[in-house]
Amino acid sequence: MGRVTLVLIQLLVAVVAIALWHVLTTVPVSDGKPLFPPFFFSTPIDVIERIVKWFAEGTIWRHLWITLLEAMLAFVIGSVGGVLVGFWFARQPRVAAVFDPYVKMINALPRIVLAPIFTLWFGLGIWSKVALGVTLVFFIVFFNVYQGVKEVSPTVLANARMLGMNERQLMRHVYWPSALSWMFSSLHTSVGFAVVGAVVGEYLGSAAGLGYIILQAEMTFDIAGVFAGMFVLAAFVIVIDGLVTLVERRLLVWRPAAADTRT
Amino acid sequence: MDANGAAQPAGSAAVELSGATIAFRLAAGTTYTAVEDASLTVADGEFVSIVGPTGCGKSTLLNVAAGLLTPSSGRAAIFGRELFGLNRQAGYLFQADALFPWKTAIDNISIGLETAGIPAGEAHARAQDWLARVGLAAFAGRYPHMLSGGQRKRVGLAQVLIRDPKILLMDEPFGPLDAQTRQIMGNLLLDLWSADRKAVLFVTHDLEEAIALSDRVVIMSAGPAARIIGDWRVPLPRPRDIAEVKLERAFHDLHREIWQTLKDEVVKGYAQTGGG
Repeated sequence: MGRVTLVLIQLLVAVVAIALWHVLTTVPVSDGKPLFPPFFFSTPIDVIERIVKWFAEGTIWRHLWITLLEAMLAFVIGSVGGVLVGFWFARQPRVAAVFDPYVKMINALPRIVLAPIFTLWFGLGIWSKVALGVTLVFFIVFFNVYQGVKEVSPTVLANARMLGMNERQLMRHVYWPSALSWMFSSLHTSVGFAVVGAVVGEYLGSAAGLGYIILQAEMTFDIAGVFAGMFVLAAFVIVIDGLVTLVERRLLVWRPAAADTRT
Repeated sequence: MDANGAAQPAGSAAVELSGATIAFRLAAGTTYTAVEDASLTVADGEFVSIVGPTGCGKSTLLNVAAGLLTPSSGRAAIFGRELFGLNRQAGYLFQADALFPWKTAIDNISIGLETAGIPAGEAHARAQDWLARVGLAAFAGRYPHMLSGGQRKRVGLAQVLIRDPKILLMDEPFGPLDAQTRQIMGNLLLDLWSADRKAVLFVTHDLEEAIALSDRVVIMSAGPAARIIGDWRVPLPRPRDIAEVKLERAFHDLHREIWQTLKDEVVKGYAQTGGG
C-alpha cells in the first residue's frame, strides 16, 4: 500500500465514523427521536462548533499550556530521578536487593490513590499534577535504565575492558549509552504517561488544564464540551507523539530499524 | 620458577601457559573441567593457531591468556611475568560482535587510544589512518549496524591494532563470515601482521585456515577436560596468499598429517555436543 493510499484510507475511516455519528444522533427513527440522543452523545457539528469557538476565543491556549507544562515537568523530573536511581541500583546489586520489594510495592500501587495526598501536600496548582506524573514516569524510566545497564552485552563489556577502559570510562562509553538507548526506546510510553498524569491530576481537582475543561463540562452535563475536550486532548497527544518520534530518530541513529519494535 | 621474572632469559615467550587447568563450578556443586593441564608457548612474533572440535575449550584458553579468566591451577606468564588481572599487553578480537553499536566506525577505532589518554584530535587522525589501512576510509561515519559482517570485522581489527598491542588474541574472528570474505580477511590479517610481527594466538575450528595463516598449529582434544594433543610447525614460506598456499603440496601433506589426529577428536566432539 502506497503512502498516499494509506493516508486516504485512514481519512476515510474518520469520515465514515463521523458520518455514522452524525446520522445516529440527528436522523429521527420511528418515535421521532434519533437512535442516540444528542443529550448523551452530542453531535459532530456541536462538537466542532465548540472546538472552533475555543480556539477562536483563545481560551483553550491557557489550558493547553498548563497541561503541557505539567507534562513536561513530570517528564523531566521523573526521567532524571529514574536515570539516577536506575544507574545506582544496577551498579549496586546489594542496594537493589534491599529495595526490591519496596519498588515493586510502590509500582503496583494504582497511582490514582496518591492524587488526593499530592493535592493535600502540593495544593491545587500544577505541582500536585506534576507529582502524579512523576510517579508514573519515574518507574518506566527507572526500569528501562536498570535493564539497560544490566543487559550490556558481556562481549562488548569484555572488549571495553581489553581496550583499557577504567570504571569511569566504562560508565561513560558503555553503561551510559546503553541505558540511554533503553530509556529513549521507552520515550513514547513515558511521555504518554506524563500527559496522563497531568490530565488525571487536573480531572481530580484543579483550576486549569485540559482535564479541568473536561471535568467542568461533565459537571454541567455539557456533553459537547466533554467530547470537544477529548478531541483536543487526543490531537494534543498525537502532536507530542510526533515530536517524540522526531527526537527519537535523531538520538537513536545508531540503532538498526528492526530493533524499533521495543516500546 | 623465579617469581619476579627478572632472571628470565632475554627472549622469554610472549605467552606461556604451563599446566593450566580451568574448571568451572556448576550449580549442583559439581565442577566442569574445561581444559586440563595445558602447556603452550607463543614466542614473540610467532603466529600460533589452536584448532580443536567444537566445545573443546579453545576460547577458554584464550581467555586465560587475556587475563579474563584465571586458571584453577597452573600459571600464565606474559613476557616472562606472571599474569595477574587483565593482560595489558594484549589486544583481543572477539568472535561475537564486540563493537560499540552507539559509536561510529571511526569512534569505535579511536576509543582505544582515548582510553590511553591520547587527545581526541590525534586519536581521530590515527583512527582515520587505520580505517584506510583496513580498506574502510569511506565508512568513517557509519554505525556498526550499517556495515556488513566483514566490514565490522575490519573495524574490529583496526580497533585492536591501533593500540599496538604486543600480543594479538583472536577467537574465531572470521567464523561468521562467508568463505570468500574469510579469505580476504585472512590475507588482510597477514598483511597487517607482517608489518610488525606481533605474537598471535589464533583460535579456529578450521584446520585449513589455521595452516594457511600460522607458523605453528596446536591441536586440542574434545572436551570436557580437553588437552593439547599435538603441535606442528608449518614449513610454508612467507609471504603467503591464503588462496594460493592451499594449492601447495606441503600444505596438503601437513593437512593430511594433522587431520589424522584431529578427526577422531572431531567425531568425539560431535558426539559430546550432539552435533551442535
